Amino acid sequence: MNKTSLIFKHEFLRTIKRTGFIILTLSLPVLALLGIGVFHVVSGITKPPAEVTRIGYVDEVGGFEQFTTQGNITLFQFDTPEAATQALIQKDIKEYFVIPPNFISTGIIKRYTMQKELVPPATTETAIKDFLSSNLLAEKVSPSVIARIEAPLNLVTTTLTASGAVAAEQGGLTNLIIPGIFSLLLALSLLISSAYVLQGLGEEKENRLMEILLSSVSTRQLMSGKVLGIGAAGLVQVVVWVISIPLLLNLASSSIGGFLSTIQIPPNFLVLGVAYFILGYLMFSVLSAGIAAISATVQEGQGIASIFTLFAVAPFWFYSPLFMFPNSPVWVVFSIFPFSAPVLVMLRLGMLGVPAWQLIASMAVMVLSIVGGLLLVARLLRTYILMYGKRPGLRVIVRNLRS
Amino acid sequence: MPAVEVSHIVKSYTNKVVVNDLSFSVNQGEIFGLIGPNGAGKTTTIRMMMDIIKPDSGEVTILGEKSSEASKNKLGYLPEERGLYRKLTTIDSIIYLASLKGMGRHSAEEKADELLHQTGMLPHKRKRIEELSRGMKQIIQFIVTIIHNPELVILDEPFAGLDPVNTELVKGMFADLRNRGKAVILSTHQMNEVEELCDRILMINHGRSVLYGKLAEIKSRYRSNSVLVEFEGKLGEVPGVREKRTHQGYVELVLDGNTTPGQVLERLVSTGMVINRFEVATPSLNEIFLEVAGKNHE
Repeated sequence: MNKTSLIFKHEFLRTIKRTGFIILTLSLPVLALLGIGVFHVVSGITKPPAEVTRIGYVDEVGGFEQFTTQGNITLFQFDTPEAATQALIQKDIKEYFVIPPNFISTGIIKRYTMQKELVPPATTETAIKDFLSSNLLAEKVSPSVIARIEAPLNLVTTTLTASGAVAAEQGGLTNLIIPGIFSLLLALSLLISSAYVLQGLGEEKENRLMEILLSSVSTRQLMSGKVLGIGAAGLVQVVVWVISIPLLLNLASSSIGGFLSTIQIPPNFLVLGVAYFILGYLMFSVLSAGIAAISATVQEGQGIASIFTLFAVAPFWFYSPLFMFPNSPVWVVFSIFPFSAPVLVMLRLGMLGVPAWQLIASMAVMVLSIVGGLLLVARLLRTYILMYGKRPGLRVIVRNLRS
Repeated sequence: MPAVEVSHIVKSYTNKVVVNDLSFSVNQGEIFGLIGPNGAGKTTTIRMMMDIIKPDSGEVTILGEKSSEASKNKLGYLPEERGLYRKLTTIDSIIYLASLKGMGRHSAEEKADELLHQTGMLPHKRKRIEELSRGMKQIIQFIVTIIHNPELVILDEPFAGLDPVNTELVKGMFADLRNRGKAVILSTHQMNEVEELCDRILMINHGRSVLYGKLAEIKSRYRSNSVLVEFEGKLGEVPGVREKRTHQGYVELVLDGNTTPGQVLERLVSTGMVINRFEVATPSLNEIFLEVAGKNHE
């Protein structure tokens, strides 16, 4: 095994054994499974009873006698509010409402219940509404028209491509969910993995292990083994998430349904997620290595690195304007700017998608930044990794790099 | 074939020449002292020998080959500023650092056990490095330096932080290395250790060689023309003695240019006085160091 592979293996194993790494890696699948489990427990406890709910009403207008069965709710008419109240006290009915004489002009319905609640239950409100409209329209229009008035539209939108064909990417709010969660995790993974590089090199410099290591390996072997080893651990983390997202989504969709079944994963999302992690990680880790080289202590290095890592999370600060104006050219610029590109591109994928030329430009700029950064950082490491004490100023660094 | 051949190496940092046209060689089977005041260029010279940094000009050859990545496995290096992975266990630290010197895991563990046993550190094999005392860490670092059976061992201030017992233990291991034909370069400010252990020395100052050669020859070169005498009775005039300096318990006789210490001894014996000690005065390495470093400082 060559020396780069030895360092790679050492760093990979050291990283995946870290408690923080294990917690973060398992957080997505465990939390999602927990969420699904909690949903089932809660929904099992609060599941609406299968038996019919009895609701009373007092008709002070007259003519509200039909359609007294609305789903699981059965309506019972009372002659007076007092009679309805007695029935409520004796728990013959769950609640009752009064249709006052001026209902037609005011629309007011008076509802009485012994339950404390923030808002009326949607099922009850819908049942009362449908009962009223059905009685008002009875014998004036056909039942199908009544049904249409009660549920006037079911909007089904189809996005077409420039050629008029149905687009593979149909968009929608639910598309934001997976890219949103993933970009948050991607930002965390990028920052934590590159912080491991900074911490590792910084500690080796600070505790003077560096000189022992460099008496056995070259700066290039040390840096490449470390960056690739920690990066591979980070990649394992991202792959665990990327694989678990569709699996968990299927599980949630089949067991919970509802809006979860409408969530879509944008096309190329998984491939781009892995690609942007690799590029983003390489860029931030190369930068971290350079910072570790010039910093006297790990703490000092972390302080400097935080300036650059702010760019990685910046897209989250501008989430509202990004959501409101997703077509702004500002986002195109920041999708190509290498520090903000990984997270921003992932977020934009879930909104309106990212055109191919922007993806190519963004990746090309990142690759160039990584290559340029590597050349620069290799010189920084050779010059400063064995210099202890005060951090050199920017002017001194530039002068040393030139000489 | 010398273990190390350093030929006219020069190293500068931002217009400051740190090592200036330095040449020396170290033979196999010798302990070589590399001494000099702080900032003289010792560490930079060592780093160039270890191929950690490259000289601007000149050449370093290790066992006949130009210093390179490949030669690193033949070298053992204990730097002055040294550390270990605090969270790793003793054995894992040794095995990892030995593997970077080309050792297999199995042979590294076997050799580590042997050295840990030899140094009395075997009970601490599974402890984390952060649980060890400073002296124990020093021993582990020394084990890491020699575990791969290097041909050349470079030790920068190896006795710093060691108690007298461990100092003797490490000295014994140096002697063992020399006896096995290994070259040992010892860089230290402790001149008594250099005098005790080294066969030859190089003293550098301001990046240049100021003293180089066999220790005995250098001491002889700096010998003052005087003898130290402890005696009973009264010391009168001694022919050939230019000056008498009285110290606590003994007298230093400074000879004139034409008299040898042997002649003075004969003359003293002929007076019938009781002589308890007669010694040719040679300066300690520390005195030579102070004189040379001071001269260069001026």
